[in-house]
Amino acid sequence: MATKEKEPMFSARNLKLFTSPLGKDNPITVQVLGICSALAVTVKLKPAIVMALSVTIVTAFSNLVIAAMRKSIPDRIRIIVQLVVIATMVILVDQFLKAYVFDVSKQLSVFVGLIITNCILMGRLEAFAMANKPWPSFIDGLGNGAGYGIILVIVAFLRELLGSGTVYGYPVMEKLGIYKTGYINNGMIILPPMALIIVGMIIWFQKSRDKSLADNK
Amino acid sequence: MEHLLNIFIKSVFVDNMIFAFFLGMCSFLAVSKTVKTSIGLGVAVVFVLLITMPVNFLVEKYVLRKGALIWMGQSFADVDLSFLTFMVFIAVIAAMVQLVEMVIEKFSPSLYNSLGIFLPLIAVNCAILGAALFMQEREYETVVEATVFGVGSGVGWMFAIVSLAAIREKLRYSNIPVPLRGLGITFILTGLMAIAFMGFMGIKL
Repeated sequence: MATKEKEPMFSARNLKLFTSPLGKDNPITVQVLGICSALAVTVKLKPAIVMALSVTIVTAFSNLVIAAMRKSIPDRIRIIVQLVVIATMVILVDQFLKAYVFDVSKQLSVFVGLIITNCILMGRLEAFAMANKPWPSFIDGLGNGAGYGIILVIVAFLRELLGSGTVYGYPVMEKLGIYKTGYINNGMIILPPMALIIVGMIIWFQKSRDKSLADNK
Repeated sequence: MEHLLNIFIKSVFVDNMIFAFFLGMCSFLAVSKTVKTSIGLGVAVVFVLLITMPVNFLVEKYVLRKGALIWMGQSFADVDLSFLTFMVFIAVIAAMVQLVEMVIEKFSPSLYNSLGIFLPLIAVNCAILGAALFMQEREYETVVEATVFGVGSGVGWMFAIVSLAAIREKLRYSNIPVPLRGLGITFILTGLMAIAFMGFMGIKL
């Protein structure tokens, strides 16, 4: 490792590691990782943001840890090692959430625990952290967590606005006086299936903007 | 008996892992291209749930829960290990999957050939860990109840993936807008299927 020339902390390459998962290489819409939890926590904006932050932190730090010890992990048991590292991070996050934002932690219920089996984590660890130095891995984790977070926040924003008429608990629709015109909240958006359909729409939108991503089968 | 049947029906249809909780979506989307492979993966999931659920239940009941260690003596009555739940569950699942893989490889090479490739994938399938965590949250009382719930979730998952695969096989012949092809339409399809499944809501035997 020491023989390679030093790279600046925020080189163009590292910056790209951070930005590409936000759009072109988004974990949810392009890599199809981590969908399980993405959909279930997006009824309201607040749990979605908490979830996005938790996943970002867990991804970044487990990437960092695994990348730091990647040379000493025997290949055959690497999955168990990775799971243990991830589980440790998730336990820390879970205890933190329980201590400081108990109501959100209750709403997220099992989904905090399910960060462990979130495929973004395993996917990034396998694909990136096992083959790269700690610092780029950390950036990669941050980027992928943020890419996941963006989709989560978009979906949650749409669902909360159209489904309950609020944004982050603030009654936007009521303040704008839209209800007087005869508008009513679309209760269907709150139901779980609509999350899938909204993500499908986002993918559609993204792929029609960027033709290189389209699936030409 | 009726009570168990109720748990089973509920976990297959009403609380379907995919359509109500979106668990195991990653492999659900990735492996649902043909009916044959999706049946293989579905069977493997049911199998792993059948084996891990009772083990996780017993571990939860006799080791992790607050006061669970009382069988070791009065001084353990206040020990609460529930913060270790995630770690223990995932370790149990990963270990059981590994064990099952070895046993199958030894005793039934033909089953191993059809199931084998899916087994390691399943250790990180959220449906398995999710079922274990739901089992803990809903506080089932006996091993039998927990196992029935586990198998039911597995069957529901298998049901979902096989039906999606069947639809996707037909989709190949339809004219979908190019940007929507592949992932996009699969998402929307799953959403529509989930809406259909909401019809089961509130069913009670």
